[in-house]
Amino acid sequence: MTGHTLGWVAVAVAALVAGCGDKPQQNGDQVVLIGQASPLTGPQAHLGKDNENGARLALDEINAAGLTLGGKKVVLELKSEDDAADPKTATTVATKLVDEGVAGVIGHLNSGATIPASKIYSDNGIPQISPSATAVAYTASGFKTAYRVMTNDAQQGTVLGTYAVTQLGAKKIAIIDDRTAYGQGLADEVEKAAKAAGGEVVAREYTSDRSTDFMAILTSIKGKAPDLVFFGGMDPQAAPMIRQMKQLGMQAKFLGGDGAQTPKLIELAGADAEGALASNPGLPLDAMPGGNAFKAKFEAKYGKIQNYSPYAYDAMHVLIDAMKRADSSDPAKYLAELPRTDYQGVTGRIRFDVKGDITGGAVTLYQVKDGKWQTLETVQSGN
Amino acid sequence: MDIFLQQLINGLVLGSVYALVALGYTMVYGILELINFAHGEITMMGAMVALAVIGALALAAPGLPGVLVLGAGLVVAIPVCMALGLLIERVAYRPLRHAPRLAPLITAIGVSIILQNIAMLIWGKQYIPFPAVLPQGRHEVLGAHITDVQIAILLLTMSIMLMLILVVQKTRLGRAMRATAQSRQVASLMGVDVNRVIASTFVIGSALAAVAGVMVSAYYGLAHYYMGFLLGLKAFSAAVLGGIGNLGGAMLGGLLLGLIESFGAGYIGDLTGGFLGSHYQDVFAFFVLIAVLVFRPSGLLGARVVERA
Repeated sequence: MTGHTLGWVAVAVAALVAGCGDKPQQNGDQVVLIGQASPLTGPQAHLGKDNENGARLALDEINAAGLTLGGKKVVLELKSEDDAADPKTATTVATKLVDEGVAGVIGHLNSGATIPASKIYSDNGIPQISPSATAVAYTASGFKTAYRVMTNDAQQGTVLGTYAVTQLGAKKIAIIDDRTAYGQGLADEVEKAAKAAGGEVVAREYTSDRSTDFMAILTSIKGKAPDLVFFGGMDPQAAPMIRQMKQLGMQAKFLGGDGAQTPKLIELAGADAEGALASNPGLPLDAMPGGNAFKAKFEAKYGKIQNYSPYAYDAMHVLIDAMKRADSSDPAKYLAELPRTDYQGVTGRIRFDVKGDITGGAVTLYQVKDGKWQTLETVQSGN
Repeated sequence: MDIFLQQLINGLVLGSVYALVALGYTMVYGILELINFAHGEITMMGAMVALAVIGALALAAPGLPGVLVLGAGLVVAIPVCMALGLLIERVAYRPLRHAPRLAPLITAIGVSIILQNIAMLIWGKQYIPFPAVLPQGRHEVLGAHITDVQIAILLLTMSIMLMLILVVQKTRLGRAMRATAQSRQVASLMGVDVNRVIASTFVIGSALAAVAGVMVSAYYGLAHYYMGFLLGLKAFSAAVLGGIGNLGGAMLGGLLLGLIESFGAGYIGDLTGGFLGSHYQDVFAFFVLIAVLVFRPSGLLGARVVERA
């Protein structure tokens, strides 16, 4: 690069930096920036864009309705950033949002990205609401700024364990996990809850997220004659596991978490998938209190809903709701209002516990019938 | 007892697949003293090609009997893998035959990565389901269950192994292979076309890999661009356990490894009172491998260099 072009780059950078510092003024109204972070490129881009659209829809509605904080008219502006579902990029993006002076953040999408970013928001006192991160570790760090509006893995595990014993009538339960943070975490919670509900865990076996052969552990499990086999892991393992249970002539029911509740599971396990059970956090869209209205609004503007946009939409409303109650967009002031949230959103009623997890979040159970996932029942988690 | 018998069946089926793949490693090593790390990927390619054919056939002619469809998959997959083995030998190994031993090892790893990526480009990163064309028959023997697919795997591997032994021991090609294994120079002085013998070794090994790949994907009901890696690693361990370079050793090592894994995963938790769980399955298998190698560094049947093929 010649000295000449280098000079131009320096000018351009200077202009950009200056531009960032400038908060555009519209008719003398105060502009408040709200951050949004999700993967906007890469294999999960469709999910990331979906989150962004959900947050944007809520923000546009609030702007259209008019927002007044501390006696001043306020216009909200969305700063959307791409974290590429990558933990390292997520910290860069979080720092950027903080430097730009956002008053709060909706995001991130993935647990792996949300957790490292949450420390940066916490250090700078910026409230953060994740629409879709479910790993327990996110709110377990004790950061005062970390909130989420989706049921976490522990809550899902508790519901699954209890449901297996009380609703499915399983007295003897075998538990397998794939030794990942997700699978192991979920399986541990299921074990605790099943025991608490009076079930007996007759076997605890382990595999990996690369295995396809479960004959040995399933045979060992079969010897203990369980009524139900729970698997904490993803569909590429769950599908052959279900097939091998049938090959071994096992009568036990199969139960999985959200990693197994996918169309791919049915494709891979074929006819053997029939009768398999699995859960997913939250309600199915058509059963959400505001699901159909949200769907109509969202699809008119952005097209098909991918997955988490109703949660991003609610997260934005919850954040602004706290600002309204504090009558301020100053993070130091409205952060104190977030624990007092009681908001009736599209996805359900939203309240937080001391850690920032949603209380009484819903978990829905599904079963494969006629080669399709059919909604079985929605359970409100206890805490 | 029924649990024990079931684990025995599990172990034998798993072990015979390992043995079939291990034969490919051991044959090449016997002749070239080269570890063909791309062998696992040839297995994967066999599975993928067969799946593509079976999927297309199942769509085009839904009424066809499952065995016929599977046979068609094999008939296409075997020559494709043979050609692949031939090509790999010609392009990646033959030019390096007089290079230091590390060089072909590196190209082997390179070929394995290339094959994985080609498969990923063609078939994607997704797990591919095996179409439900095979009979799902299941038989109960003394409380243990054995499926038609498992019986087919056992019978097929046993007959292939017998055939291979006959080829190596009784045919001209087999004699040439044994001679080349003992000394490449002397064999070529005796009029053996060493290049042809080596190429044939790769072709035969690749054909076995193709069969193993199809069996594995039929057994587990899925295939994946990454499936050759772990299978290759296990089969390689089996070959080392039995004594790499020795045909009987590969078979013995494969069956042993399958049985150790199966019984290890099944009983380790109960035997240690829950202290060690089934996640120590691989640790257990490799512990046995290390123990064998400490006392018999050339593997269980690896000492008799004369008989390697």
